[in-house]
Amino acid sequence: MTTHTLSVLVENKPGVLARVSALFSRRGFNIDSLAVGETEHPGVSRITIVVDVEPGSLEQVTKQLNKLIHVLKIVELEAGSSVQRELLLVKVRADAATRGQVIAAAELFKARSVDVTPDTVTFEVTGNHDKIEAFLEVLEPFGIKELVQSGTVALGRGAKSMASLSRYVSPNSQQ
Amino acid sequence: MSTPVKAPKPGPQAPKAGSQAANAQPARPKAPRPAPPLGAPAAAPVLTGAQAVVRALEELEVEAVFGIPGGAILPAYDPLLDSEKVRHILVRHEQGAGHAAQGYALATGKVGVCMATSGPGATNLVTPLADAHMDSVPIVAITGQVASTAIGTDAFQEADIVGITMPITKHSYLVTTGEEIPRVLAEAFYVAASGRPGPVLVDIPKDILSGTAPFVWPPKMDLPGYRPTTQPHGKQIREAAALIADAKRPVLYVGGGVVKSGAHAELRELAELTGAPVITTLMARGAFPDSHPQHLGMPGMHGTVPAVHALQKADLIVALGARFDDRVTGKLDTFAPEAKIVHVDIDPAEIGKNREVDVPIVGDCKAAVAAMTEAYIDPGKERLKTWWETLDDLRGRYPLGYTDIDDGLLTPQWVIQRLGELAPADTIWTAGVGQHQMWASQFIKYEAPGTFLNSGGLGTMGFAVPAAMGAKLGEMDRTVWAVDGDGCFQMTNQELATCAIEGIPIKVAVINNGNLGMVRQWQTLFYGKRYSNTNLSTHHSEASPRVPDFVKLAEALGCVGLRAETPDEVDAIIQQANAINDRPVVVDFTVGPDAMVWPMVPAGVSNDEILYARDVRPNFDDEGEI
Repeated sequence: MTTHTLSVLVENKPGVLARVSALFSRRGFNIDSLAVGETEHPGVSRITIVVDVEPGSLEQVTKQLNKLIHVLKIVELEAGSSVQRELLLVKVRADAATRGQVIAAAELFKARSVDVTPDTVTFEVTGNHDKIEAFLEVLEPFGIKELVQSGTVALGRGAKSMASLSRYVSPNSQQ
Repeated sequence: MSTPVKAPKPGPQAPKAGSQAANAQPARPKAPRPAPPLGAPAAAPVLTGAQAVVRALEELEVEAVFGIPGGAILPAYDPLLDSEKVRHILVRHEQGAGHAAQGYALATGKVGVCMATSGPGATNLVTPLADAHMDSVPIVAITGQVASTAIGTDAFQEADIVGITMPITKHSYLVTTGEEIPRVLAEAFYVAASGRPGPVLVDIPKDILSGTAPFVWPPKMDLPGYRPTTQPHGKQIREAAALIADAKRPVLYVGGGVVKSGAHAELRELAELTGAPVITTLMARGAFPDSHPQHLGMPGMHGTVPAVHALQKADLIVALGARFDDRVTGKLDTFAPEAKIVHVDIDPAEIGKNREVDVPIVGDCKAAVAAMTEAYIDPGKERLKTWWETLDDLRGRYPLGYTDIDDGLLTPQWVIQRLGELAPADTIWTAGVGQHQMWASQFIKYEAPGTFLNSGGLGTMGFAVPAAMGAKLGEMDRTVWAVDGDGCFQMTNQELATCAIEGIPIKVAVINNGNLGMVRQWQTLFYGKRYSNTNLSTHHSEASPRVPDFVKLAEALGCVGLRAETPDEVDAIIQQANAINDRPVVVDFTVGPDAMVWPMVPAGVSNDEILYARDVRPNFDDEGEI
């Protein structure tokens, strides 16, 4: 099993996320992470899916996804040729004695403190999956009170874009 | 007269006047007609949503809708009453509406249409939708929904039918405005019939049906993500043709896609040119004539010995519109171990799904088979001599057959064989699911595509009667026989009332063995003859009279009811049934419960383990000792 990042352009229609996610569960594939948002064109959304599957299964799930009428295009983004980021918000125990160490650790990861109380600090950090994991490992000894992580979002490197969205946009949906 | 089967038209009953809409690339309309001004063109009539539905169905050249009215769909039924073009058939259960739409679609090649109300009406369509999805049958289901303001409130007769049917439809729509009704219906028909055909559901809230909106026809379809590939890739075609020319043990493995694309004539040409043996799956029976000397029969769990063996020993399998279903391959990792695979399918997801492929060809079977024929350079048939000697030897030693069981009851295989032999040419057959279905596939000879309609993928008991009703309505000048079992028949026979009242004179042969026969066969073979819950008591005995009595039931439903219990009356009763054309006929053939379907590959084992009859493994010469 290997991890793959799929970038899926879909028509921004009701139920499209349900169709995509249901297809994964129906065919027995586990989604590691999922992020959805609008693109530069409001009629088109981009779903970034990280999935842990065999290469043969990846081909099958991609083909099945392509059969969904609202799916416009699917590209697998390889780690080397794309930028992949997650967002983490984490609340760490930090009293007067440990606050200095906690903040020093956070600086190494370019994390920003976004909320402070006498007993805790909340950090915001972005990075790829490995960086987020490493940061959490460093914070662990101080005591993590709670955390929330976004799904991975990713874009291919270089000047090209995945698709010219205007080709998918009909006069109807421009109205 | 029409040819026996009509290929689904690629651009189906897509808007006729709207050839613009039908021909325009949904993705990128190249030469769009002048865009209508924003809002309603002055000429567009303002219709209620209900009127728009009926008008759109008329524009799409729909002749028949099978359905039942109810609260949420009620507005649509009012204009339907006035339509002179669309005939509504009032069925007795929505499942019957769905299977009838399937039967209509399979017999005519057009899109079948069914209609139901919200909630239970819609959920009763779930089985036929799933069936149509598995067997790629183009149908459109129109369901009423509670008013849009009530959606999500658990309103009376509310069910999230779009959500429920997502995994079992090709696509589904929840209509949100009256303006979009023409476009949604045009798209639904186009999506259902094009590419790999399948079911499409259109759910319309009651307030949208009652409200008004301008009706613009032809509508502009908006399907940027839907681009079925139909033209096969030339390089792949040449590679496939070269592999066929090289192969010493080739097999053409023909599936339902050949029937759907109307590629039977092209298939015959390719088969005769290459000299390769042909195998037709349950969904493809009739795609290649049973009488043709190159035809080995059906593969799979109940396939013929030569067909199963040919696939196992092939060095090349050319799969045409087939999907390597588990009922065909048996245990997948021992299936056809030496074969290279050429796989032609219009659905790219089928290629490589179950079996690794050497030459994948995405495209319409008709185009692909014709192109292969053109690219093929015949090296002579000499190389196939040994192959044919092996297969002919197996054909000689292991023909399809059966033995009479001395139980004083009719032999089911023989009854079905006689039905086939005595039926008028051009007869359309439907079947339920189980032993009778396998025997109908084995012992009726099919010469033309689209003459055997049954539920292959989903295996839906009760398919036969409503499907026959739909097929007959579509092809009124042909005889339609439903071969059914006593279990299946009791699931959907209420549609005989529909047939009787609407003047749809189908014929039903109930192969009545008093049991859920296929389950009983497995209990005999694999559960030590412990017959748990398979006796249906439809036979007459001292202890239990027939319940129900199918002859009386038929009469109660407005049909002619006949019964055959002894061999000497079978032919006369079949002929009597064949002669009745003003009413539906039901014949109760009282057959023995112990007949079994052979050959058989038990579930989950290698196809090499095929049994010709109980405890009889064929002697394949090349393996020596069994």
